[in-house]
Amino acid sequence: MGKCCCGNTCQDSRLTEILEEYKGKEGVLIPVLQRAQEIKGYLPEKTIRAIADFFNKPYSEVYGVATFYAQFRLQPSGENTIRVCAGTACHVRGGKAILDKVCSELNIAPGGTSADGKFSLEPVACLGACGLAPVMMINDTTYGRLTPEKIPEILAKY
Amino acid sequence: MQIYRGHVLVCAGTGCVASGSRNVQAEMEKQLEAFNLDKEIKLVETGCHGFCEMGPIVIVYPEGIFYCRVQPEDVKEIVEEHLLKGRPVKRLLFKNQITEEMVPHYKDIDFYKKQNRIVLGNCGFINPENIKEYIARDGYEALAKALTQMTPEQVIEEIKAAGLRGRGGGGFPTGLKWEFARKAPGDKKYVICNADEGDPCAFMDRSILEGDPHALIEGMAIAAYAIGSDEGYIYVRAEYPLAIKRLKIAIAQAHELGLLGEDIFGSGFNFKLNIKEGAGAFVCGEETALIASIEGRRGEPRVRPPFPANKGLWGKPSNVNNVETFANVPRIIARGSQWFADMGTEKSKGTKVFALTGKVKNTGLAEVTMGITLREIIYDIGGGIIDDKKYKAVQIGGPSGGCIPEELLDLPIDYDSLISAGAMMGSGGLVVMDEDTCMVELARFFLNFTQMESCGKCTPCREGTKIMLDILERITKGEGKEGDIELLQSLAETIKSTSLCGLGQTAPNPVLSTLRYFRDEYEAHIKDKRCPAGACTALASYRILEDKCIGCTSCARVCPAKAISGEVKKPHKIDPAKCIKCGACIETCKFNAIVKQ
Repeated sequence: MGKCCCGNTCQDSRLTEILEEYKGKEGVLIPVLQRAQEIKGYLPEKTIRAIADFFNKPYSEVYGVATFYAQFRLQPSGENTIRVCAGTACHVRGGKAILDKVCSELNIAPGGTSADGKFSLEPVACLGACGLAPVMMINDTTYGRLTPEKIPEILAKY
Repeated sequence: MQIYRGHVLVCAGTGCVASGSRNVQAEMEKQLEAFNLDKEIKLVETGCHGFCEMGPIVIVYPEGIFYCRVQPEDVKEIVEEHLLKGRPVKRLLFKNQITEEMVPHYKDIDFYKKQNRIVLGNCGFINPENIKEYIARDGYEALAKALTQMTPEQVIEEIKAAGLRGRGGGGFPTGLKWEFARKAPGDKKYVICNADEGDPCAFMDRSILEGDPHALIEGMAIAAYAIGSDEGYIYVRAEYPLAIKRLKIAIAQAHELGLLGEDIFGSGFNFKLNIKEGAGAFVCGEETALIASIEGRRGEPRVRPPFPANKGLWGKPSNVNNVETFANVPRIIARGSQWFADMGTEKSKGTKVFALTGKVKNTGLAEVTMGITLREIIYDIGGGIIDDKKYKAVQIGGPSGGCIPEELLDLPIDYDSLISAGAMMGSGGLVVMDEDTCMVELARFFLNFTQMESCGKCTPCREGTKIMLDILERITKGEGKEGDIELLQSLAETIKSTSLCGLGQTAPNPVLSTLRYFRDEYEAHIKDKRCPAGACTALASYRILEDKCIGCTSCARVCPAKAISGEVKKPHKIDPAKCIKCGACIETCKFNAIVKQ
């Protein structure tokens, strides 16, 4: 347990380490937010405030950046992140049916987290694996040539 | 140096990895050892071959035998039969979709035959994580030539003479852009690579980053020399982890050999490269938004002029090009502008990589000479439409582009012909659609995308795309009104002419082009409340065919709305008033007794 930059004793001092690494450098807000998000999988308000204070920027500016980019989450996410591709190729090859099946299997809506906290579901514009459409990614693993019937089996692996 | 009698190339591009190529590679390593072949046959992990549909892909040299959809359990047979006994494994060869003949050799496969792979020339042949393989294929020769035999002005002239135009969308002449940056006053200048490939269904840049990262690095170094810069940024999507990893390796290796860093080739030229990971915003493909994002701000575009060539990153003159554009540069410098200018049409030179996807048999990346027809790409390279259905249209250029109907299939493709057809080159996504795709729904799909990705800075794009989307949603739900088409048209024209950046200026294109070629589909939705393609759920109705239904009751059990009734072993019925059109019954029925109309 280290003393954190926010003045409190936090879970760990990783945020302080990250901030120190980027101290005095220009244009580092996005990489700092990316690294900070790795700590808890999302950006709690306290973290955003700590980053704003450290770089002497208004909270609104840092919050503005965090909410602009799709990568940043302000709410805790599930243990595993499912990204169902909503790109054009997946769309014309039945991507919607895949999304619907994942939603009904986990009983969640896009953007939501399952009740057991195991999965978060994010639609994504394109995963760049169009040759295998329709596709989805769970964490860093890509699953291609999907059919709705394959979904339960894949989800059961996690 | 160890000499091998053969090479086994296993594709490690994202597509093949998703199909399981990592396990194939591991098994290959094991089997080569088991058969004592590891000193004779070299296993190489390569980048993307572009034929992702057939992955995992394994190619055996010197013969050039192309194996597709290889699974770990097939590996032992390849090693034992082919590598040991010299008999290729027939069942794993590519099968011609039309003649059903086996095609053992890479170069004879239709998908590759009509291609002209220059930018993708190294992808799939070299190990992208080993700089020496790039150098062995004449890598960094162009940089050496530029630095030691040419002045920066000569480099710019060469690129201008080649006629290279930006491959990221707009098609602006690259040499001219460099000249602006060269002439802009300032002692610090930047070269920026736009690797934020955001167009859904365009993945050629990913393939180059993963399969031939040094081509990009070399191209950027040459550009830096030409404009007088000593520092560059590659802005790459965080969604491309493998590309980022390989870029980092490539940059480190180039540094080690003195191909990046200080005093390159003893010429006094210094060049340093940084990687910036994007955080997911489509608008960052616009150059001023991209620059704002590198600076750590919200990626919102600004009014141009001043153009980045004069006021770019940190207010300094900057030159932004995309990955494919930079990857063309070393080839032009090495082989000369004439060689490049001899390919293509009058105003569009060289090749373009297209990402061919959707309802075609062969999907993947196809690099073709400018001026080829869409028919050749879709039918000769792509093998035609899946299940031999009827071709309807191809969407070219992603959400900023437009659709091309059947009557224009023989149009030679270049930047200008596509604009006059109401589409655009964009980054080169080609999504093929068949008779089952509803064009109104497709327009709604693209508007939904651009509306979500609109950064909100300017009103026409923020409000206009939202209103257009609302109208399209109504139409696809069967709530279209008289006058909707005219309203869509007038909104589209206003948004096009008044939006701040390329995102807004091109967002209405999918609507305008579907209206131009498929106006009858809009009218059918609005006037007859009918979707001709049968794709719009709200306009569909489900019916049970009495002669096929055996009364097994499984549809009635699965129906969430309890809309299906009937006695056991007697034909069932769907109550249209209760039906929510979810399609669960069709999925369940084993007797094809339910139809959607």
